[in-house]
Amino acid sequence: MAAEQREIRDDALDGSQLAARLESIWRTPSGLIGTLMSVDHKIIGRRYIVTAFAFLFLGGMLAILMRIQLAGAEQRLLSPDLYNQVFTMHGSTMMFLFAVPVMEAFAVYLVPLMVGTRNIAFPRLNAFSYWMFLFGGCFLWISFAFNVGPDVGWFAYTPLSSLQFTPSKRADVWAQMITFTEVAALAVAVEIIVTVFKQRAPGMTLDRIPLFVWAMLVTAFLIMFAMPSIMIASTSLILDRLVSTRFYDPSSGGNVLLWQHLFWFFGHPEVYIIFIPATGMASMILATFARRPVIGYPVIVLSLIATGFLSFGLWVHHMFVTGLPQLGAGLFTASSMLIAVPSGLQIFCWIATLWDGRPVYRTPLLFVLGFIVIFVIGGLSGVMVASVPIDTQVHDTYFVVAHFHYVLIGGAVFPLIGAVYYWFPKICGRMLSERLGHWNFWLAFCGFNIAFFPMHILGLMGMPRRVYTYTPEMGWDRLNLLSSVGAAIFALSFAVLLANAIYSLRKGTLAHDNPWGASTLEWATASPPPPQNFDRIPAVTHRDPLWADSNTLPVIAGLSAERREVLLTSLAEAEPQIREASPEPSIWPLLTAIATTIFFIGSIFTPWAVMWGTPPMAITLIGWFWPTGSKEDEE
Amino acid sequence: MKQSVVRNVGELPTFGFGPQSGPWWGAMSFMALEGMGFAIAIGAYLYLYAVNPTWPIGALPPDLWPGTAETIIFLLSIIPNQYTNRVAHRQDLHKVRVWLVVMSLIGIVLLILRGFEFAHLNTRWDNSAYGSVVWLILGLHTTHLATDLGDTIVLAVLMFTAHAKPRRFSDVTDNVFYWNFVVIAWLPLYVLLDWVPRL
Repeated sequence: MAAEQREIRDDALDGSQLAARLESIWRTPSGLIGTLMSVDHKIIGRRYIVTAFAFLFLGGMLAILMRIQLAGAEQRLLSPDLYNQVFTMHGSTMMFLFAVPVMEAFAVYLVPLMVGTRNIAFPRLNAFSYWMFLFGGCFLWISFAFNVGPDVGWFAYTPLSSLQFTPSKRADVWAQMITFTEVAALAVAVEIIVTVFKQRAPGMTLDRIPLFVWAMLVTAFLIMFAMPSIMIASTSLILDRLVSTRFYDPSSGGNVLLWQHLFWFFGHPEVYIIFIPATGMASMILATFARRPVIGYPVIVLSLIATGFLSFGLWVHHMFVTGLPQLGAGLFTASSMLIAVPSGLQIFCWIATLWDGRPVYRTPLLFVLGFIVIFVIGGLSGVMVASVPIDTQVHDTYFVVAHFHYVLIGGAVFPLIGAVYYWFPKICGRMLSERLGHWNFWLAFCGFNIAFFPMHILGLMGMPRRVYTYTPEMGWDRLNLLSSVGAAIFALSFAVLLANAIYSLRKGTLAHDNPWGASTLEWATASPPPPQNFDRIPAVTHRDPLWADSNTLPVIAGLSAERREVLLTSLAEAEPQIREASPEPSIWPLLTAIATTIFFIGSIFTPWAVMWGTPPMAITLIGWFWPTGSKEDEE
Repeated sequence: MKQSVVRNVGELPTFGFGPQSGPWWGAMSFMALEGMGFAIAIGAYLYLYAVNPTWPIGALPPDLWPGTAETIIFLLSIIPNQYTNRVAHRQDLHKVRVWLVVMSLIGIVLLILRGFEFAHLNTRWDNSAYGSVVWLILGLHTTHLATDLGDTIVLAVLMFTAHAKPRRFSDVTDNVFYWNFVVIAWLPLYVLLDWVPRL
C-alpha cells in the first residue's frame, strides 16, 4: 500500500506536463521491433483500415477484369478456369477481407475514442487479430498468384468443393482463409463487447452511447453467434477433403444441404454484420451535418437490435430452390419481409432528421444520401426475391447480382466512403479535399447505377451468374457494355478517392480537434489523438456531450500517471469501479500469429501439422500471458 | 477545450472479481461463442440424424463406461472447483496452490479417460457421416478440456512463482468460471453421443 501512495496520479499534474508524461507511457516503441509490438488501438485500427482498403482495390481489379470480359459477346480475355478463380476471389476478398474487416477496423479505431477510454479491451488480442487477418489475406492472394486460387464460388458449395470434384488444393485454400479471417473477426468482436460493456466513460449510460457504438455492439454479437457456424462448416469441409470424413458424402450418410445450412446460417447474418455498422456511420454523419441530434434515438437502437435478432431467421431464403417443405418456404418468406420493417424505421428516422435539421451538404452527407437512395432500391428488390415464385425465376441470374450489389455497395460502401471523409481529419489530422470529394461522390453514384441497374434487366432476360462469356444471339451485349462502362466510371471514383487521400495527407487543410462541429467524444481530443487518447477521462452527462457544453469538458481525475491504466465502469450506469492495468506493447501476439499461421497452412497439407503445430502455439501463448515483472503486471 | 475535474477515482481498487473485471467479460464472451460452436455442432448431428434412415450408421453405439465415468468426474469436479473459487476470493495463496494442483490432476485424469472414450466410440471418423460428426463433437470438447487443463497448469505454476500477486487471484476465479463452462457443455454432449444412438 505504501508504494501505491507514492504513485503519481493525473491529479498531481496538469496541462502539458500531464500530456507529456502520459504520452511517454502510452506511446508505441520506436524502431521496427517496436512497430511490430504495437498494441495501440489507433495504430492497429489504421493498419486494419489500410489493409482492408488494399484488399478492396485488389478485389475491385478482379471486378474490372470480369467487366472487360463480359463487355461483349464471346470475349477471350480470361479462360473459363481463370474466370472461375476470378469471381471466387472477388467475392471472397470483398466479403472476408474487405467488408467485414473494414467495419471492424473502424470500430477498433473509433469505439475506444467514442466511449472515452485510453485503449481497447484486450489490446494484445487486437494485435493478434490484425496479424491473423493480414496473414490469412496474404495466404489467399499468394495462392491465387500460384494458380491455386479457389474457384468454387465464395460460398464453396459441396459437392463441387469436395475432393472428388475439386482435387486440387484450391478449396482447401478457401476453407483455411475462412478460418484465419473468422479467428480475427471473433477476436475483435470480443474486444468490442468488453470495451463497450466495461470501459465507457463515467456517466455514459446505455441511452447515451453513440449510435455507431451501439451498431458495433450489435454487430459484435452477430459475429459472435454467426461465425462459429462457418468455422464448423469450413472445418468439416477441410476434414472431408483431408482425412476422409463423410460430412458431405451422400454415399456414407453425408448430406450436401448440411453445407448450405451451415454456410447460410452464417452467411445471412454476415450481410447484417456488414450493413449494421454502416447504418451506425450514417446516423453519426447525419446528426453532424443536419446540425441536430438524430430523431428517434431509441427507435434506431431498438431497430438495430431487432435487425440483429431477425437476421438469424432468414438463412433459408438462400435455399428456396433446393426443394424445401412449403411451410418452411412460407415461414422464411415472412421473416425475410419482416426484416424490412426495422430497416425502414431507421430510414424514416434519418429522413425526419434531415427534414427537421439544417443540412450542410458536405461530402460525407452526400455519400449518406447516396446510400439511402441506393439502399432503398436494393431493399425493394430484396422484398421481391423474398417471395418464392420470383426467387425461383431469378435465382442464379444477374437479377440477384444486381440486388446484392445494391444492398452491399449501397448499404455499406457508400456510408463507408462517407465515413472515410468524415473521420479522415481525426485519424490523419488533415481534411480531405471537398472538391475532389464531390467528384468522388458523383462519379461513384452515377458509375454505380450505370454498372448495376442494367443487371436487373439482364437477369430478367435470363443471363445466369458466373458465366465466363455468352453468345451474340442472346442479345445481352448492349446492356453488358453499358454495365462495363458504368463499372469503369465507378472504378474511377475510387481512383479519385485514393488520389484525394494521398494528396490530402501531404497538402490537406490542417484539422483542429472538431472540424465538423460534431457532438461525440472522439472530437474532444486532438486530431490525430495522442497515444493516451485523452489526458483525463471525460465524464458524460449528455447524449451529445460536445453540444451540451462546447467550452468545458467535465473530466475524471485519479488515474495513474506512471503506468498504463484504464477506468472500468459498471455495465448499465457506467459508474466507476476499477482502475485496471492495460497491457504494454508485446511481440508475443505476432509470434503467436506466426505459429498459428504455420499450424493452419501446414494442416492443409498434412493432418500431422495438428501435432507438431500445437506446441509452438502453446509456447507463444504462454509467453504472451506470462507476467513480465513490469509494474502493470505486479499490482 | 477547458477541463473541469468533477470527480476523483484515485481510491478505487486496481483489480476486482466477477462482472466487475474486464477479463471476466472476455471469458463470458468466449464461452458464448464457443457455446454457439457446440450448438451448431449439435445441430449438424441432429440434422444428419434426421436425414438418415438408420442411426448410428453401420456401427454400434459407443460403449457407455468412459463417457459415464467422465460425466461423474466432471460433476464431482465442481466441488473442488468451487473451493478453488472460494480460497481465491479470500486471497489465500497457500490453499489456492493446493486446489489448483488438485484441479490440474482432475483434468489429467479426464484427458486420459477421454482417450479411452475415443477408442470405445465403436466407429472411425471415416466410416460414415455418423462417425464423422461424433469425432468432430468429441474432438471439439476435448480441445476445450485440453485448453482449460493447460491454462490451469500454467496458473498453478504461476502461483508458485514470485508473480503470484493479488490480481492473479482474479485470474484464478476466471479459470474456475471457465471450467464450469467445460463441465456444463459436456452434459448435453454426453446425452447426445452416448444415449441418442440408443433411442
